[in-house]
Amino acid sequence: MISRNLILGGVLSGLFAVLAVLSFVWTPFDVETLSIPDRMLRPSGTHWLGTDQLGRDIFSMLMVGARTSLAVALASVVIGMGVGVPLGLTAAARRDGLLDDVIMRGNDLIFAFPSILIAILFTALVGPSVWNAILAIGIFNIPVFARLSRGAALSLWSREYIMAARVAGKGAARISAEHILPNIANLLIVQGTIQFSVGILVEAALSYVGLGAQPPLPSWGRMLADAQTLISLAPHMALFPGLAIVLSVLGLNLMGDGLRDVFDPKLKRGRAR
Amino acid sequence: MHVARRLLSLVLTLVVASVLIFCVIEVLPGDPAAFMLGMNAQPEAVDALRAQMGLDAGLVSRYFTWAGGLLTGDFGASYTYRVPVAELIGDRVWVSLPLALYALLLSTIIAFPIGIIAAMRRGKAADYGIMGATQLGIAIPNFWFAMFLVVIFAINLRWVRAGGFPGWEDPLAAIGALTLPAIALALPQASILARIMRSALIDTLDEDYVRTARAKGLSQGGVVRGHALRNAMIPVLTIIGLQFSFLLAGAIIIENVFYLPGLGRLLFQAINQRDLIVVESTVMLLVMAVVVVTFLVDMAYAIVDPRLRR
Repeated sequence: MISRNLILGGVLSGLFAVLAVLSFVWTPFDVETLSIPDRMLRPSGTHWLGTDQLGRDIFSMLMVGARTSLAVALASVVIGMGVGVPLGLTAAARRDGLLDDVIMRGNDLIFAFPSILIAILFTALVGPSVWNAILAIGIFNIPVFARLSRGAALSLWSREYIMAARVAGKGAARISAEHILPNIANLLIVQGTIQFSVGILVEAALSYVGLGAQPPLPSWGRMLADAQTLISLAPHMALFPGLAIVLSVLGLNLMGDGLRDVFDPKLKRGRAR
Repeated sequence: MHVARRLLSLVLTLVVASVLIFCVIEVLPGDPAAFMLGMNAQPEAVDALRAQMGLDAGLVSRYFTWAGGLLTGDFGASYTYRVPVAELIGDRVWVSLPLALYALLLSTIIAFPIGIIAAMRRGKAADYGIMGATQLGIAIPNFWFAMFLVVIFAINLRWVRAGGFPGWEDPLAAIGALTLPAIALALPQASILARIMRSALIDTLDEDYVRTARAKGLSQGGVVRGHALRNAMIPVLTIIGLQFSFLLAGAIIIENVFYLPGLGRLLFQAINQRDLIVVESTVMLLVMAVVVVTFLVDMAYAIVDPRLRR
């Protein structure tokens, strides 16, 4: 069943993805050309969303910023899944063993470090960059995926078809890869969209405080930092980057909800009746 | 037994966390002394600073000096401020901690009623309205929301100050200064909490004992108050515990919007001034706060659910 959520979410997220990709070949204006006489212009036919304090076109900057936001969020989901899922599957395969305990306690430990603190540590060490943001959010995502895949895998390990595979002589690693992973893939995709949206929010926060993407790379968070002191003079400078964040996060969350309904119609009962 | 095991795991987590933080700052490539003094520092100056920071001692003994200091409240001396780090942190904790707690309180006060209303009216217009609003609340970056709060309530209406912190000598003014930041922090958390409250309550409302209670003539409201709410508290408490860590992290960001002299501002100043000792100890303190709150929430489960008192 395709829900309204899925369509609306898909359209919103798709829109930002298209803008981000399009920005590689075309933006209405060049984002690195400054034009001081045109600074802080209100939205108009020429500058659809106005210009910033250096006369740069805000719509163009949002397009390039979408690239940064989406790339950082996507990369950190890949890190989270790439490390977290194998850890979770291993913990489930060795349930109640020492390895399970070590992995889960390790997860608790990482959970105690909010991504802002990880980013602060890395920045203290090597200076701010977009890579800090990717690593910080990625590390934060690891326990999320590890816990989710361990929990889901645990409930599968007692199923009869897994028993059959064990009787057939398959080892824990093969069973995890061939039977468990495909069966939890839906869950992972849904959580992936949610973490993607969380990643966009955290990236914006990190670049807002200067721990993420550095100039001249446009990013939504830094556009907001620039806008803050000028908010009374040029509110549009703060309005549009914020709206871009809200709409992309909303889109991804709606898409996650919609996908969950598609994958697991049973869950719908409790959530939306 | 349960308490003892959790306590042991708490101590273990803190020890490993402190080793991790220590390693990131002091062991990974890069000499903190050289880093603090910048690219053009004289080698003699770097050596002198290394000695002053105790970096010429062995790694293990340095760790124990630092960790032992943390336990006794001696966090070392800040390089740039030339005062004990404990003093620097002590002043600022009384901004960040009340801010996070204030936000937690607001978030709970907002989330409980609207989550309960949504659950009791599920499928009706009120439910859809609340769910839509919370979906939006989750998507709004708190620091962006904060900027507009400042424009509306501080600059235009002049109800509160736009930033800064007057200190706790005047508690009313202090609470006033923390109100907008706390509202900004609470909004997304309240949205999440309301959704959790709703789904946890809906789950319990489907239980047989609820049907029994209804069959005995208890009203919907009576069932929620007397039976369902208490049973829905476990997932809600878990989220409240997790939220504290998000609120503390969020406070670090929000302090920048309101120019509040809290731990967040201290951290950013310390990074800019390459004051790694301050970074190290402040990060450790924040992690400690998160771990301890998680532990306390775990303990609170046992109060809510007697079955867990083993």
